[in-house]
Amino acid sequence: MGEFFNDYVVPAAIMIGQSLLLLVVLLIFVAYILYADRKIWAAVQMRRGPNVVGPWGLLQSFADLIKFVLKEPVIPAGANKGVFLLAPLVTTVLALSAWAVVPVAAGWVIADINVGILYIFAISSLGVYGVIMAGWSSNSKYPFLSALRSAAQMVSYEVSIGFVIVTVLLCVGSLNLTDIVLAQGKGLGTELGLPSSFLDWHWLVLLPMFVIFFISALAETNRPPFDLVEAESELVAGFMVEYSSSPYMLFMLGEYVAIVLMCALTTILFLGGWLPPVDVVPFTWVPGVIWFILKVSAVFFMFAMVKAFVPRYRFDQLMRLGWKVFLPISLFMVVAVAFVLQLTGWGA
Amino acid sequence: MRLDQAAKSLFMTEFLSAFWMSMGYFFSKKATLNYPFEKGPVSPRFRGEHALRRYPNGEERCIACKLCEAICPAQAITIEAGPRRNDGTRRTTRYDIDMVKCIYCGFCQEACPVDAIVEGPNFEFATETREELYYDKDKLLANGDRWERDIASNLAADAQYR
Repeated sequence: MGEFFNDYVVPAAIMIGQSLLLLVVLLIFVAYILYADRKIWAAVQMRRGPNVVGPWGLLQSFADLIKFVLKEPVIPAGANKGVFLLAPLVTTVLALSAWAVVPVAAGWVIADINVGILYIFAISSLGVYGVIMAGWSSNSKYPFLSALRSAAQMVSYEVSIGFVIVTVLLCVGSLNLTDIVLAQGKGLGTELGLPSSFLDWHWLVLLPMFVIFFISALAETNRPPFDLVEAESELVAGFMVEYSSSPYMLFMLGEYVAIVLMCALTTILFLGGWLPPVDVVPFTWVPGVIWFILKVSAVFFMFAMVKAFVPRYRFDQLMRLGWKVFLPISLFMVVAVAFVLQLTGWGA
Repeated sequence: MRLDQAAKSLFMTEFLSAFWMSMGYFFSKKATLNYPFEKGPVSPRFRGEHALRRYPNGEERCIACKLCEAICPAQAITIEAGPRRNDGTRRTTRYDIDMVKCIYCGFCQEACPVDAIVEGPNFEFATETREELYYDKDKLLANGDRWERDIASNLAADAQYR
């Protein structure tokens, strides 16, 4: 009995506790990411943004949450009720479950599995099912068309994201996200005899890949300038047209969790995860998780700025960029990086 | 694609200059008013919420001539008239404005010979139900009492242009 307790109950309880902690912190972070998104967008347009609920509007996201939850959910008569209500859950749960393998600091990860990056890639590919289910079960033409567009978009950009990840993996030699971060402790800067610093991170040596990954992440999460799915000024809400109240909120939540996940993935793959920008005294005092959050916030700031100043792509331009620009470049880079690594013996 | 175009898109010069420019706007002064706490100026001629005015001695101005009812293009005004019980003067027994129908053209205040019905400076009278926007005589007189100071100064300011 005691053995059973120690072998199964205690680890499970610890894991549930860790998951809950991560979930709470993540959701609060997402609430403020939403707020930051609106504030940044407003600032670029010389508006004030939300500033009434709480000091400087800091409680706006929570007011929105209460509003969404208290509103009446409208389910269209022609909709397939089960699938209709399952779709937002699928989107949110998948987006949240990907966080299980994300290391936010050294050793701070719920499941330190050796195929972490593959797991994230698989989970984010499944995210398209939420979209398809929502569009199809609404039983209405606009959500359906928009779900098809969204699916095409997400699938297209996953291809180039896949190749970008392959180049990083070639450099690191491991699929474990913690190993990917630690591998960025030495690189270009340390080759030149400098202390471990931001010059070692992958963004510099794999700069084209970094740019492609960032742009593909925008497309993957349906962010502007690739938000053809729910182009606010032209369409209404894309595949979410028929949704209201809490189901709609779950979609928005899933979308923003996925955005933060993409920011975190950019941080881990290219910006050295929780590593300090320069490995000398004042920077090493700051805990790794703070660096991680700062880097994720910085990447998100770029996400928000891009939303503010880049005009929306047309759908054929979007597809051209994905298949005729990013795919060849990233394919070429995979070969080139492999070639260089083989010749020089760098990496693993 | 021309070479300079290719170079531009390769080095993302347009993206970077757009980023630079929007960072300039990011830190520039906000153009918007902080509305519920800070309001823009309102012209003396502004045609807002209606009010029925009184003379300084408290007597209501309206003499039930029904000119406003007649001129109202939206037919939003309904008046019933009769002699008042205590002194037999002609007064309105009913003066209703359907604020949902009203188009805020200001013809009623132009038509009024005694400056009784006026459109005041107030534009914040949104309600939660439609019924609250069917104004009756009590509501209009209460508006008049509430906004008299602003209405009188606006009429005085605009008088020289009439």
